[in-house]
Amino acid sequence: MRKGRWCLALAAVLLLSLGAVAQQVTIAVVWSGNELDAFKATIAPFEQQTGITVNIDAVGRDLPTVLPVRVAAGNPPDLAALPNPGQMKEFVAQGALAQLDDLSNLADTPKAFVDLGSVDGHVYGLFIGADLKSLVWYNPKAFAAKGYAVPTSWAGLVALSQQMIANGDTPWSIGLESGAASGWPGTDWIEDIMLRTAGPDLYDKWVAHEIPWTHPAVKTAFQYFGQIALNNNMVYGGTTGELTTNFGDAPNALFTVPPDAYMLKQATFIQSFILTANPDLVPVEDYNIFLFPPISPVWGTPLLGSGDLVGVFNPTPEAMALADYLASAQAQEIWCGTLGKLAVNTQVDPSIYPDPITASAASMLATAEIFRFDGSDLMPAAVGSGTFWSGVLDYINGIPLDTVLESIEASAVDAYPQ
Amino acid sequence: MRTKRWTPWVYVAPALALLTLFLVYPSIDTIRISFYDRSVSSFVGFQNYIYSFTNPTMLTAFRNNAIWVLLFTVFTVCLGLLLAVLLDRVRYERIVKSVIFIPMAISMVGASTIWKFVYAFRPAGAQQIGLLNGIVVALGGQPVGWLIERPWVNNFCLIAVGVWLWTGFCMVLLSAAYKNIPRQLMEAARIDGANEWQVFRKVILPLLWPTVAVVMTTMVVFVLKIFDIVYVMTNGNYSTEVIANRMYKEQFSFSNYGRAAAIAVILLMLIVPMMVINIRRFRRQEAIR
Repeated sequence: MRKGRWCLALAAVLLLSLGAVAQQVTIAVVWSGNELDAFKATIAPFEQQTGITVNIDAVGRDLPTVLPVRVAAGNPPDLAALPNPGQMKEFVAQGALAQLDDLSNLADTPKAFVDLGSVDGHVYGLFIGADLKSLVWYNPKAFAAKGYAVPTSWAGLVALSQQMIANGDTPWSIGLESGAASGWPGTDWIEDIMLRTAGPDLYDKWVAHEIPWTHPAVKTAFQYFGQIALNNNMVYGGTTGELTTNFGDAPNALFTVPPDAYMLKQATFIQSFILTANPDLVPVEDYNIFLFPPISPVWGTPLLGSGDLVGVFNPTPEAMALADYLASAQAQEIWCGTLGKLAVNTQVDPSIYPDPITASAASMLATAEIFRFDGSDLMPAAVGSGTFWSGVLDYINGIPLDTVLESIEASAVDAYPQ
Repeated sequence: MRTKRWTPWVYVAPALALLTLFLVYPSIDTIRISFYDRSVSSFVGFQNYIYSFTNPTMLTAFRNNAIWVLLFTVFTVCLGLLLAVLLDRVRYERIVKSVIFIPMAISMVGASTIWKFVYAFRPAGAQQIGLLNGIVVALGGQPVGWLIERPWVNNFCLIAVGVWLWTGFCMVLLSAAYKNIPRQLMEAARIDGANEWQVFRKVILPLLWPTVAVVMTTMVVFVLKIFDIVYVMTNGNYSTEVIANRMYKEQFSFSNYGRAAAIAVILLMLIVPMMVINIRRFRRQEAIR
């Protein structure tokens, strides 16, 4: 009898602890440092409101490698920050990701972002924040001192650059070095140009490899980039400077006296690099942005961006609750307000943005007629983070364009699923 | 007490089991995977090998590995030998040898990061932060992009980092062997009228040869697997790719398991002959003893 009572007590304890276990959810994230702190702050209200404990598994930069291994081993985290939509699609193909069609907060996410997280009409990925890439950063005081005006067309941009060269100034600062990821800033240039010269439909075909890399439209995009990037008078330090300068150091050339360079094409996140290196600068007054100008009047000014994507592997009620929370305005106000990222949820209060530049980038994104995701993130890794990166470096390093495009094409034929 | 025939096996068994688990099984499985596709789901025959021997980047990697083997081995062993013999005559031998050996204590990644600064480029007119360009500019030259100057300058710059790291290792081994040579032999040669070069060539080198050969094969095996320096400094861009870095990319960046395994097997096949040579020589030496 005594024994029976003990068993009952044990069972009760087990049940209670099971209950406690069920009130937990694990999310694997790529973030560290500032971003990890911001994510913890984002999660805090959710934990308070629901009583669910969120375990953050800060895997870090190796997440793209670790996640497929954990999925293959049958031991994925409940949720994960997915490295890019390309990998999301691979997980969907494996049947590893849960459908998120019924999340209530999706109603406040613009269709463009819902579509980017969808496969065959079902939502698998949520965007919790975004970065806008089609931006040129400049130093307004330096512009004013020399009488330079912000251009509104590609012809204007080239004319301005030539005016600067004629004055003995160097127009551009470009930094393509980024350790093992070197080359990516150049892919952003080419993607933005491709959208402006060939339009979004051809861009989509290019990303999906429905047109070859040797297609005239792709070649044209590289050549437009080359007009600036291959011209040693256009870029501070010439092609050698371009290839050896880290993307994070590139903005510094805008703030020397006199400026080593006057313009930098880079995404919203570069602002934190600018402020870390030059803490005394005031946004708008000392540095500002203008949109990378249109090239063909047909396509206007499409926007290029990237974003933070979250997917659910184990659709427990707790995991779904967390996913829905991350799509909410409340979560994104904390995440984006802290980091100066652009919120995706349309109900987010614009006053959360830490500075007018981020706010204006957010409104550009919200009113964009055409928005496209960073193409290199959508391509198979062997191309998007392989030959496309190295191809840009080779092109700037003096390899003939046709050779570069043929070698990227060869890798694409090999890497895209038939 | 008579030892039973199976007794030795009992003692060897744990080591054999561990070897099988951690060396034999993974090797055999890697060979198996090398005949499968990117996700190890369907058999593709020799396709991964065909790719490895036809892809232009892989061919560059083979070429660079050959350059690494040649230059790295020649420079580390020759410099090590030179230092071992010459420093024997220097009063501050210990201090000098310690200084040359110190890089061995630095991790490969650490050393590569240090040298990335040595090779750093700043546009002409700006303050040069790289030692090498600092010197070039001070002498009135134009700064050079050492790590992007393809195909020779950047590869030589990478190999120089390896030589800087490993010369000390060769020097220490060769110096120990040199000190074991009986001094009377050299003295006898000198009394017989041999000059210093003849003493080195006819007396020291033949006696040192077994050690030189071991050091050399060790360096070749090591350098065939070279990865860290290339990964950190150029990531194989600008024609500096090497086989091991390609293997890493296929596996961890492109998730192409079959191809990565094939490259691993090729690398293994290149290394095995060197290991065989090393073991044979070792056995011969043991037999002499």
